[in-house]
Amino acid sequence: MDASSNRIMEVKGRAWLFGDDIDTDVILPGKYLVLTDPNELAKHALEGLVSGFSSKISKGDIIVAGKNFGCGSSREHAPLALKYAGVGAVVAKSFSRIFFRNAVNIGLPVVISKEARDLIKEGEKISIDLEGGFITKEDGGRLVVDKYPEFLLEILKDGGLLQNLKRRFDKEAKT
Amino acid sequence: MGMTISEKILAKASGKQKVEAGEYIVGKIDLAMIHDLTGPLTLNVMKEVGYDKPWDPEKVVIILDHQVPANSTVTAELHKQLRSYARKHGLKNFHEVGRQGVCHQILAESYVKPGMLVVGADSHTCSLGALGAFATGIGSTEMASVILTGEMWFRVPETIKFELKNRLSKGVSAKDIILKIIGDMGVDGALYRAAEFVGDGIESLSVDSRLTICNMAIEMGGKTGIVNPDKKTLEYTGTKGAPLRSDPDAEYASHYEMDLSKLEPQVAMPHSVDNVKPVSEVGEVEADQVFIGSCTNGRLEDLEAAASVIRGRKVKDGTRLIVIPASQRIYLEAERRGYIREFIEAGGVVCNPNCGPCLGGHMGILADGETCVSTSNRNFLGRMGSTASKVYLVSPETAAATAVEGKITDPRKYLR
Repeated sequence: MDASSNRIMEVKGRAWLFGDDIDTDVILPGKYLVLTDPNELAKHALEGLVSGFSSKISKGDIIVAGKNFGCGSSREHAPLALKYAGVGAVVAKSFSRIFFRNAVNIGLPVVISKEARDLIKEGEKISIDLEGGFITKEDGGRLVVDKYPEFLLEILKDGGLLQNLKRRFDKEAKT
Repeated sequence: MGMTISEKILAKASGKQKVEAGEYIVGKIDLAMIHDLTGPLTLNVMKEVGYDKPWDPEKVVIILDHQVPANSTVTAELHKQLRSYARKHGLKNFHEVGRQGVCHQILAESYVKPGMLVVGADSHTCSLGALGAFATGIGSTEMASVILTGEMWFRVPETIKFELKNRLSKGVSAKDIILKIIGDMGVDGALYRAAEFVGDGIESLSVDSRLTICNMAIEMGGKTGIVNPDKKTLEYTGTKGAPLRSDPDAEYASHYEMDLSKLEPQVAMPHSVDNVKPVSEVGEVEADQVFIGSCTNGRLEDLEAAASVIRGRKVKDGTRLIVIPASQRIYLEAERRGYIREFIEAGGVVCNPNCGPCLGGHMGILADGETCVSTSNRNFLGRMGSTASKVYLVSPETAAATAVEGKITDPRKYLR
C-alpha cells in the first residue's frame, strides 16, 4: 500500500465477521515481532483463526467484529499486519484503546458501531463513509457509527500520524 | 468536586488547573521508553519523517529486554539499530546487555517518580502507576511522535475505584488479587478507564506487590492502574514532599470492593485472562513447564515466595521449571540470598533477566499439546508458542507448588 495515499474518506469491501475480544496475539503472534517489514507481517495476519487469511481477502475488505477488538499488547505490528494484508477498515462494537490509537496512527480506519456485528452478514459488500460517520449495507440500509474528534479525522485524512508529523515538521523547518 | 490522582497528573502535564473525565488534552511527557521489539519500528517511522532528534535525551529510555542476549541474527540487528541510535544522540539511558531487565522493572527501579506522566511502547507500562505516576502503553508510531515532540494527546479517562480491605492470608498474594478482579470485571471491564486501587488492603502491600496489581490493569482494558503514593512509595522512589493524591470528593465511574482476608489462590484458565477460578475448583491440570518471572512476577518478593515453597524440595519428574528474575539488580540480590541456588538445586533452570518465554520469543517455547503454568500476564491462544498449547496464569507461590507436584497445586499447604 502506498504510504502517501492520503485522503482516506471512504472504504468499500466485503465483510469478514469475527467475535469478541480478538486479541493481538491472535492478530499477530509474538514470534513474528522480530519482523519489521509490514509485507512480511501481513502474511501472518490472523493466521491462528483463519488459515491463509492474508491470501484469502481482497484489498479493501472490512473486518466486522464484536467488543474489545485488539485487546492485549501494544504491538503496532498487529494493525500493520492487517493493513498490509489489505484490510480496508475494522468495524467493532468497541476497541482496546492502544489498538485504536495505533490503527489511526498508521492510517487504518477503525470504526465503532454497536450494531454492525449483529446486522451485517459474512461476505456482505459494505462501505464506510468516515467523515459522514455511517456504514452503508448491501441493501442500502445505513448504520450510524461513532464520529471521530476533528484532530483524529485529520490524522486519518493524512493517511496516518507519520504523514501528519511530516507535514508539521516540514512546515516548521520552512518557517 | 475534587479530582482523582489521574486527573491531577493529566492537569499538571497539560498546564491546566482542572481537567474532567472525557476531556481531550495535550500532555507534556516526563518519560518515554522503547524496547527491542517496539523500538526499531519507532526508529523506522522517524527515519521516514526525516527527523530523529529526541526532544529531551534525558527523558528517553531504551531497554533491551525482550530477547536478550540476541537469539538470532534478526534480533541482533534490532539491538544494533537501537544501540547506534542511542550512541548517535548521546542517550545515557540505554540499557545494554548486562544492565538490562524487563523494561517496566528497570523503569520502576531507576526512573519513575510519583506524579510523572509516563508512556512506554509496551502495553504493560501501566505497571508504573503503582508508584503514583500516570503510565500507559502506546504504539511505535505514536512513540515516534512523542520522542520528536515531547507531547501526546490524551482523553482524560474515567476512574474505577477498587477498594481493597483487610489483609491477605498466608500463601495468597498480589497476583491472586488482580486475577480475581479481572475474573469479575472481564477483559474489557475497565476499557479506556483508570483503575485506582485504594484502601487499607493496598496500603498493607509492598511496592513490589502493587506493581504486580497495576501491571495487569491492561488485561481488563485499563488505560493505567494507579495507587496513591504513600510512605512506601516515597521511600522506594527516593522522593520527598507531598505527592499528588486523589481528593476525598473525587468522582468515580464505579466502585468495586474486595475483602482480601477471604481470598484464596486464583488461576486464569486458557485462553483468556478473565477465565478465572479459585485453585480449589481447577481440578487436575498437569504442567509440562512452570515459568516464574516476567514484569508481573519476576521481582525479589516473588522469587522469595517461590523459593520458600521450593526450599528443600525437588521439581517433579516430567515438569520443567524456568525462573527468570526481572532485572540484574534482582538477580544479584536473589543470588546473594541463596534463592538462585535453591531453584537450581531443586532441578530448575535460572535464566538471565529478560522477558523470556512470556510472549513466545525464546527460553521455553511450548510445543503442540503442552501446558505451561506461568506467573506472567497473558494466556491468549498461542501466546507462548504452539496454538495447540495452553497457558494457566497463577501467583509465584502457586507456580512453585505446581513445579513440586507436577500439577496445579494450592500452595498454602507448603506455607503454613
